[in-house]
Amino acid sequence: MADLELANIEKHYGAVHAVRDVSLTVQSGAFVVLVGPSGCGKSTLLRAIAGLEDITSGDIRIGGQSVTRLAPRARNVAMVFQSYALYPYLTVYENIAFGLRARGEPEQRLDERVRWAADTLSITDYLERHPRELSGGQRQRVAIGRAIVREADLYLFDEPLSNLDAKLRDGMREELKRLHARLGRTFIYVTHDQIEAMTLADRIVLLRDGMIEQDGTPLELFEEPASRFVAGFLGSPPMNMLNVRLAEAGKQIHLSQDLMLPIAGGAAPAQDGEYVWGIRPEQVRLAEAGAPALKGTVDVLQPTGSRLLATVLIGAQKLTAELDAHCGVSPGQEIALSVAISRTVFFDGEGRRVGPATAG
Amino acid sequence: MRRWEHGWRLVLRMILALAIALFFVFPIYWLASISFKSPEEIFAYPPVWVPAELNVSAYIALFRDGDAWAVWNSLVTAGLSTVIAMILGTLAAYGIVRYRTGGENLTIWIISQRMIPPICVAFPIFLLFVALGLIDTFVGLITLYTAFNLPYVIWMMRGYIQDIPLELEQSALVDGLSRWAVITKVIIPMARGGFFATAVFTFIFAWNDFLFALVLTRSEVVTYPVQVTGYFGSQSTFWSQIGAMSMLGVLPMMVVVATMQRFIVRGMSMGAVKG
Repeated sequence: MADLELANIEKHYGAVHAVRDVSLTVQSGAFVVLVGPSGCGKSTLLRAIAGLEDITSGDIRIGGQSVTRLAPRARNVAMVFQSYALYPYLTVYENIAFGLRARGEPEQRLDERVRWAADTLSITDYLERHPRELSGGQRQRVAIGRAIVREADLYLFDEPLSNLDAKLRDGMREELKRLHARLGRTFIYVTHDQIEAMTLADRIVLLRDGMIEQDGTPLELFEEPASRFVAGFLGSPPMNMLNVRLAEAGKQIHLSQDLMLPIAGGAAPAQDGEYVWGIRPEQVRLAEAGAPALKGTVDVLQPTGSRLLATVLIGAQKLTAELDAHCGVSPGQEIALSVAISRTVFFDGEGRRVGPATAG
Repeated sequence: MRRWEHGWRLVLRMILALAIALFFVFPIYWLASISFKSPEEIFAYPPVWVPAELNVSAYIALFRDGDAWAVWNSLVTAGLSTVIAMILGTLAAYGIVRYRTGGENLTIWIISQRMIPPICVAFPIFLLFVALGLIDTFVGLITLYTAFNLPYVIWMMRGYIQDIPLELEQSALVDGLSRWAVITKVIIPMARGGFFATAVFTFIFAWNDFLFALVLTRSEVVTYPVQVTGYFGSQSTFWSQIGAMSMLGVLPMMVVVATMQRFIVRGMSMGAVKG
């Protein structure tokens, strides 16, 4: 068990600057998810931790020891690959045992470990089969088994669920979380899927263009996004981004010439000017009579069963609201919406979040 | 009606298959039959299709006079050069694929070495071997066959190694294997079909070489193709010995192909699809 420290990691591929000055400390036992759009450097970073990728500069330390110059096998990390990377010519048993054999584990101990891993992942029945005889979900389990069978300092996961269909993915997410709780080991997990990041992580590191955009607990990133990028990346359906102008020292929100919403003091930035107003769909409700409201026209309705997603045209701007499934609105209808303004966020022209006046 | 038609077609197919098989097997049968025939039978007209008795005197003569050693010489030179070429070639191919050694052009240059007509270099190599004292030695022939087969091995193995997903190797590296162990535990098992197919062809090239064996050997390491020519005399030609020696040369190939058939077919089709 050991902490992982990344210090000022830089990676260039020719002219491409894939990772820019990334520093990160991961406590042992954590479940850290590196998330971001493709090309953000998350996989490069993971592969650098594994030793599969040289870094241009910086230092990687595991348990206080620098491993930057060490070969992958000298780092005591285990990794699950996106393609599973199972050996087609070996049985499931031998696939799981592969890493232990490579490290010269005594036969009896090896057998115990393999059976324990297989049991943990419920694949004991398939031990004598070859990977080609398994379904995608079973192969995924074997791939995870290959990693957990070893007593590694770090367990690295490179988009392990992306080849599974949606239903299997949901099930495996739950199992991974249970597995982490049971093993108590450090998991570092790369994904581009915000749901995986939100559901699995103790801590999310959101990367963009090779840099850490924000680092924190899932709820922190969700509720207190540092930037418009973070806010837009997390949450489904995504956050609404309305162009607004604040006036009267943050007491009025103007959505257009003739659309104004008065707000309580301190809920919005004190500085007047142009902002992007970030509203999550679940922060919008049908307004009660007499309350200050955004008026708009229902454009499209998408029932999800439990909720109703309504796209509402407010002036020239679109707003998605997550309404009660039985609220009875219909397309073309004029409706009034109230917004839980204190929970919404404002971004400046650069996309940086600007805190409310009270926070300042 | 349909059933009858089906049976009729089957018979026709069988006849056709038999005819094709006969066409290809007959020369080998003829070779074998000559080796067992008496001199009169060999020259008889109309031809004797089946020898009256199995006359093994030609074989006895080959073993008694020590001529059969030529087959041993062929086995040693072709076998050892194949082993060396496969080891070196696989390592070279791995280096070219994973470390991009020599960039794009090195592989083309290497395979171009294979395209040189052997006769063009036979004389220079002869002079070189004379200077190095390698004429009529195992070391000389093995070195030469290794050198001539290496480009082919590198070229083929490069293709097979390229088809192996990189993540399989990386997974093995993280699991604790060294680069060398990755080659023996991941690369070779993954490319097994192609590896054996390449080895068989390499062996056949060396086995069938006549030109270099003729130029570079005298008496110590004469290989079987050269030995066969020894029976064509200006006075007379020893057909039964030619037949017997040729049979000794064909048999090992039959054994090799029969045991490796599974791998060869798979290896060749792999190469065909993936190029």
